[in-house]
Amino acid sequence: MNNLIIGQYVPGRSVVHRLDPRTKITIIFFFVIIVFFANSFWSYFVLTLFGLTSMFASKVPMRFMMKGLMPVWFLIVFTFILHLFINKEGTLLIDWSFIKIYSSGVIQGIAISMRFFLLILMTSLLTLTTTPIEITDAVEEMLHPLKRIKFPVHELALMMSISLRFIPTLVQETDKISKAQASRGVDFRTGPVKDRIKAVVPLLVPLFVSAFKRAEELAMAMEARGYQGGEGRTKLRELKLSKLDIWIYCLFICVIIALFLTRHYG
Amino acid sequence: MDITFKDVSYIYQKNTPFAHKALDRISFHIPSGSFVAIIGHTGSGKSTLIQHLNGLITPSEGEVLIGDVRITNREKPKDMKTLRSQVGVVFQYPEHQLFEETIEKDIAFGPQNFGISEEETNERIKEVLPMVGLSEALLGRSPFDLSGGQMRRVAIAGVLAVKPRVLVLDEPTAGLDPRGQQEIMDMFYQLHQKEQLTTVLVTHSMEDAMKYADHILILNKGKIYMEGRPEDVFTEVEALNKVQLDTPEIIQFMNKFSKRFNMKIPFQRQTPKQLAKQMYHLFKGDERT
Repeated sequence: MNNLIIGQYVPGRSVVHRLDPRTKITIIFFFVIIVFFANSFWSYFVLTLFGLTSMFASKVPMRFMMKGLMPVWFLIVFTFILHLFINKEGTLLIDWSFIKIYSSGVIQGIAISMRFFLLILMTSLLTLTTTPIEITDAVEEMLHPLKRIKFPVHELALMMSISLRFIPTLVQETDKISKAQASRGVDFRTGPVKDRIKAVVPLLVPLFVSAFKRAEELAMAMEARGYQGGEGRTKLRELKLSKLDIWIYCLFICVIIALFLTRHYG
Repeated sequence: MDITFKDVSYIYQKNTPFAHKALDRISFHIPSGSFVAIIGHTGSGKSTLIQHLNGLITPSEGEVLIGDVRITNREKPKDMKTLRSQVGVVFQYPEHQLFEETIEKDIAFGPQNFGISEEETNERIKEVLPMVGLSEALLGRSPFDLSGGQMRRVAIAGVLAVKPRVLVLDEPTAGLDPRGQQEIMDMFYQLHQKEQLTTVLVTHSMEDAMKYADHILILNKGKIYMEGRPEDVFTEVEALNKVQLDTPEIIQFMNKFSKRFNMKIPFQRQTPKQLAKQMYHLFKGDERT
């Protein structure tokens, strides 16, 4: 549970941390799109440069980041190998009886794994440098126009922030209950699969019971403090775009221009 | 069973920016049959410490000896189940671990996991129910129909039914009404004496620690701050206040008494009644002279 970092915030005061969450979300949204436009060495170079620069600017420890990306490394390597063997275009590079590797397989493999790597790098950078509260605030703010068509923006944001808020609590609770049941002789790790599936029941039942109870208590506490939905509710932290955000937007636009230039002329 | 900690440290989320040292080179020895109270503030490492006692976590450094089972960072006992059947743990708010359809099934869950036969289990259920103050009429009901206090008793019965040799209690009476607290603690103490158990009690209550324990461990920031017999530890008022811990009421009273009347009564774990008698004799003796 501890080595999956997606959704885990690393506190800091770096440039990336200080950016407005709306800026980060917007940039990552467009980054995810333009990654699929990259088609040449130089276009990948531009994108990778941008990705790595943001990573170093965030000052999230490299070792920690790589360790967290571990589960996804497998996926990246797997897609690379798949392309290597399946793609049968270009010149033949290696020919060992049944294994035939073609040049375009290698290129395609590298390109696709690179895309994967960049996508995951940027999205995990968002959650590593932005608190869940900032993200939900940003989402609420960005979806605001949808209110006109009666889309429940505030409710959605509230649901998001509550569920994000309670992930660590649930993880803790799971840990506590599984330890209590392990003390009563439940074995979650060894034994036949059938027994291990059965061992989940004493974990899940108490977990659900306490989650429902907690939800009820939370609703009651919110109403007791006068919560009536988003109407007329003010914010403690207002999101504000700073000069830094504008500079970063400019930089990102330059990256997009560079990408399309290298796409056509590179 | 003897319990020994040798230079035990435990670090949460090692090698990440969140690394946190919960235990810092802790060493102590608990002889078999003693009643130990562990006292300390939230975050002092109490809960981490007791999780070492039945191998739920293994020390990052140092070694833990439970009976003749050795647990270090590298070597885990192959037979964890036997260890866990010998060391029963009542966690904080143990009622959160209930899950079965009936109370009977829930109490039987532990013994069944440890391979105790059905007849033996049924006998044990009949044995532990009166101990925790529940009637057999409840056995067929769902544990979720009960009040919080009764659920607590069911959960405790589930641990006792395994018949552990070491009983680890993590604030077992937190959130109960005063009478229930008294009943449960008295029951644990009786059981401790009758079965010659080794008992480890984590508590915030100085009164409980003084009343039941024969050895006190005070933790502060993952280290052992004080250790010794209750009469020695609790008379160190200044040292205790330094880590925001109070002394038991009786000692507070005796200190005020000695200041007000300029007379000293040595603290020997007297009950209030015995103390009253001592005071009576002291005043009478004074009058005579």
